[in-house]
Amino acid sequence: MKALRNLLDKQKPHFEQGGKFEKLHSLFDAMETLFFVPNRVTTSGAHIRDAIDMKRTMIVVFIALLPALFFGMWNIGYQHFLSFGENPGNWPMFWYGFLKMLPIIIVTYVVGLGLEIMFAQIRGHDVNEGFFVSGLLIPMIVPPDIPLWQLTLAVAFAVIFGKEVFGGTGMNIMNPALLARAFLFFAYPANISGDKVWIADKADAFSGATPLGHALTGHFDQIPSAYNMFMGFIPGSNGETSTLMILIGALFLIITGIGNWRVILSVFAGGYVMGLIFNWAGANDYMTQVPAWEHLIMGGFAFGAVFMATDPVTAAQTSKGMYIYGFLIGVMAVLIRVVNPGYPEGMMLAILLMNVFAPLIDHYVVVANIKRRLKRVKLQVNN
Amino acid sequence: MSTTYKIKKGLDIKLLGEAEKTVVDLNAKRFAIKPPDFLGCFPKMLVKEGDEVKAGTPLFFHKYREEVKFTSPVSGKVIEIVRGAKRKLLQVVIETDGKNEAIDFGKADISSLDREAIVEKLFASGVWPMIRQRPYAVIADPKDDPKAIFVSAFDTSPLAPDFDLIVHDHGKEFQAGLDALAKLTSGKVHLNIDDKNTTSKVFLNSKNVQINRFSGPHPAGNVSVHVSRIDPINKGEIIWHTGSQEVITIGKLFLEGKFNSQRVVALVGSEILRPKYYKTHIGARIVNMISGNETGGNNRYISGNVLTGTKIEKDGFIGFYDSMITVIPEGNHYEFFGWLKPGLNKFSFSHTFLSRWLTPNKKFRVDTNLHGGVRGYVMTGKMDQVFPFDIYPLFLIKAILAEDIDLMENLGIYEIDAEDFALCEVIDTSKTEIQEIVRNGLELIRKEMS
Repeated sequence: MKALRNLLDKQKPHFEQGGKFEKLHSLFDAMETLFFVPNRVTTSGAHIRDAIDMKRTMIVVFIALLPALFFGMWNIGYQHFLSFGENPGNWPMFWYGFLKMLPIIIVTYVVGLGLEIMFAQIRGHDVNEGFFVSGLLIPMIVPPDIPLWQLTLAVAFAVIFGKEVFGGTGMNIMNPALLARAFLFFAYPANISGDKVWIADKADAFSGATPLGHALTGHFDQIPSAYNMFMGFIPGSNGETSTLMILIGALFLIITGIGNWRVILSVFAGGYVMGLIFNWAGANDYMTQVPAWEHLIMGGFAFGAVFMATDPVTAAQTSKGMYIYGFLIGVMAVLIRVVNPGYPEGMMLAILLMNVFAPLIDHYVVVANIKRRLKRVKLQVNN
Repeated sequence: MSTTYKIKKGLDIKLLGEAEKTVVDLNAKRFAIKPPDFLGCFPKMLVKEGDEVKAGTPLFFHKYREEVKFTSPVSGKVIEIVRGAKRKLLQVVIETDGKNEAIDFGKADISSLDREAIVEKLFASGVWPMIRQRPYAVIADPKDDPKAIFVSAFDTSPLAPDFDLIVHDHGKEFQAGLDALAKLTSGKVHLNIDDKNTTSKVFLNSKNVQINRFSGPHPAGNVSVHVSRIDPINKGEIIWHTGSQEVITIGKLFLEGKFNSQRVVALVGSEILRPKYYKTHIGARIVNMISGNETGGNNRYISGNVLTGTKIEKDGFIGFYDSMITVIPEGNHYEFFGWLKPGLNKFSFSHTFLSRWLTPNKKFRVDTNLHGGVRGYVMTGKMDQVFPFDIYPLFLIKAILAEDIDLMENLGIYEIDAEDFALCEVIDTSKTEIQEIVRNGLELIRKEMS
C-alpha cells in the first residue's frame, strides 16, 4: 500500500500537464483514485464532507446487481443443458454461463470505459464512475449469444449518444444501458428478439420461447409456473430472469438509500393496476389468461423496475414526480406487452419513454410549488 | 402562549469536542475587525497604523452607505492594516492598552427615544452592523421597514455554543436590546428558542417580543427556517435578524452609553484538549486559547462552525458575527481503497457505511478531506432530506448555475441563504461547492436589483 502510493507519487508528474504522458492524465487519475481516495481538502463552504462519493454510490449498485448476475450465469448454463435434456450439475452450469458472459462483460467495459476515459481527457474532467454500473447492466440485459461486434457498436452508441453528447454522467436524458439495448433491438432485431436467441447454443428441437413469447403467441398453457418464473428458471436476457435475486438487490438498494423505493414501488403498482384493468376488460385472450400479478414476475419487469427505472439521473427528481413516473412505467410496460402485437416485452420502451417525459413531470411538480409561492403573495396583498 | 414548530428534515452532525460549561478569561492582546465578514461592504479607512483608538472609535466605513461605520471593539493602538490582492482590505488589527476606555455615546431611556434617535446611536457606535437583513444577509438598511425582526436564542449547528450560558446574568441588557429592536420595526420582534434546551430565564421571561419554540435537527436553529415557519419572505419583503449576544450589546449601548463589545466564545472541536468557553471581546485573536490546548499535527482553525465558518490561521481573529471557534484535523492524506471500506469509523448521512447502522449516535472526529472528486449531480433526491423548506434545492441550484433570475425568484431564492444549503453541501455525493453557488446567485440578484 505504501509502496503503491510511492509508485503513484513518483509517476504522477509524468501525467500532469507538461509531462510526457499528459495525454493519459485521465487514465492515470482514474487508476489513482481507484486505489486511493484523493487528499483534496475543503476550500470553500462546509469544512467537513460526507464520506460518501460517486465511487461508493456505484459500488453499492454494483453489489446489488451481483445476486442476479451470478444467478444469471447459472441460468445460462441451466437453460443450455436443459435444451439437450442434460443435467451436468450446478457448477458446470455456472461455469458454462460464466464463460458465456465473461467476454460480453469484458467487451462492454473495455469499449465503454475506453470511450469514457477519452472523453474525460478531451473535456478535462475526472473519469466518471457511471459506467462502472452501466458496464454491468448492459451484459445483463442482452441475450447470451449476442455477437460481440454488435455489442461493441451498441455500447459505443450508448456512451457517445446516450451520455457524452449531453455532457457526461448526470446530464443524460435516457438510461445509457437501456439505450444500448434499444440500439441492438432496432438495429439487429434477429439477434435480440424471437424464440431462438434466449438460450445459449440451444438444441434445435427445443422451444426457446420466453414466457412473454408464449403469451404473445397465445400459448398460455406453455407459460412456466409462477414458481419457476419468480425463481428465474426461464429463458430470457442474461441477468433479468430471477425476480427473487432482483428483489434481494432491491432490498440492498433501498436499505442503503441508493435506490429510491418510491420509484420501485410505483413501477410495480403501475404494472399491477394496468394488469388488473386488462383482466377486467378481458377484450382478448391475453387479457383474460394472464393474471395481473404474473406480469410482475415475467420478462424484464422486475429488473427494469429495480435497476433501470431508479437511475436517479434519468428518473423524475421530485418525490411526487417519482410516483407518477414509476406508475406510468408500469402502466406503459404492460400496455405494450398486451396490446402491441409486435413486441413481446414493453419494459425497455416504457422506461425509455418515461425517461423522456421525466423532466416534464418534474416541471409540473415544480410549477405547482411556484404557484403555491405566488398564491402566498396574493393572499397577503388581499389582506 | 408560544407556538412550537417541529422541524422534521435535517441532520444533527455529531462531532467530538463539545465545550465544557465553564467560562474563563481569554486575556487577548490583539483584536481585529475584518471587512470580509460584512457581505457587500466596500470599506474606506478612517484610521492609519499607529493611531490611538477607544472602544467605539470608527475604523472604517461603508463606501456606498457612509452612515454605516465599523468601530474599534477595544481601546488601544491600530498596529496593522492588512491588505490582500488588489489592495483588498482584509483586517484592521488593534493592540489593546488594557485600559478599556470607551467613547461615551450617552445613556438613554429607550422608551423616550424614537426610531430615528435609536438608529442614530446604533450607527455612531458601530453597533448597527450587528443587525442584518434577509434576503442577501447584508447589513440592514434603516430606510427599509422590516416586516419583522428575528432574534435567535439557540444554534443547532455542530458543537454550537449554549446561549443559555452565554447570556447568563444579562437579563436586563438583553431586555433593553429587545426594546430597542422593537422600535425599529412596525412588525413584531420574534425571539426564537429551542423547545427543549432553552431554559434560561433571560430568554423565557423576555417581554415586548413574541416567543416561538422550535424543535428538531439542524437547521432548526437557522434564521431562514424560523422565517419560513413564522412569516415567510415574499419578493420585495425584508426581515432583519440578529443574535443573542448582539442584542445584549445593543442593550448595553443604551444602558451604559458605550460600545461594549464583550463576547463569550466557545472553543470546540476534536483537536482541542480542553474545550470550554472564553470571555473576551469581538474580534479577539485566538492564539491564546489554542496554544497548549490542541493536539499536535496539522489542524484547521475555523471561526464559526464546521458548516458555515471561515477558515482562519492559528494566530487569526474571531469573526464579527461568530460565537465559536472550531478546530478539526486537516484531511490532506490519501486513503487506500477508502471508498470500498465497510466504514465503521466514517461520518456519513447515507446508509452505505456501517457506522450509520451500528453506531448512529457516535460522535466522530471528522477531518477536512473532501472524500472524493467533483462530479455531475447524480443522487438527485438526497438533498431534500436535509432541507426543511418548501423549495426544491437542486432545481434552485441549477437555476442559479444557469443565472436565470426569474426562475430563481420563482423557486424561492429570497427565502433562503447560503448557510441553509450547508447540509446539502456536506452530504452531496458530487462534492460541489453549493454554498458558494447560492451565495453567487444571491449576489447576482442583489446587483441586478440595486
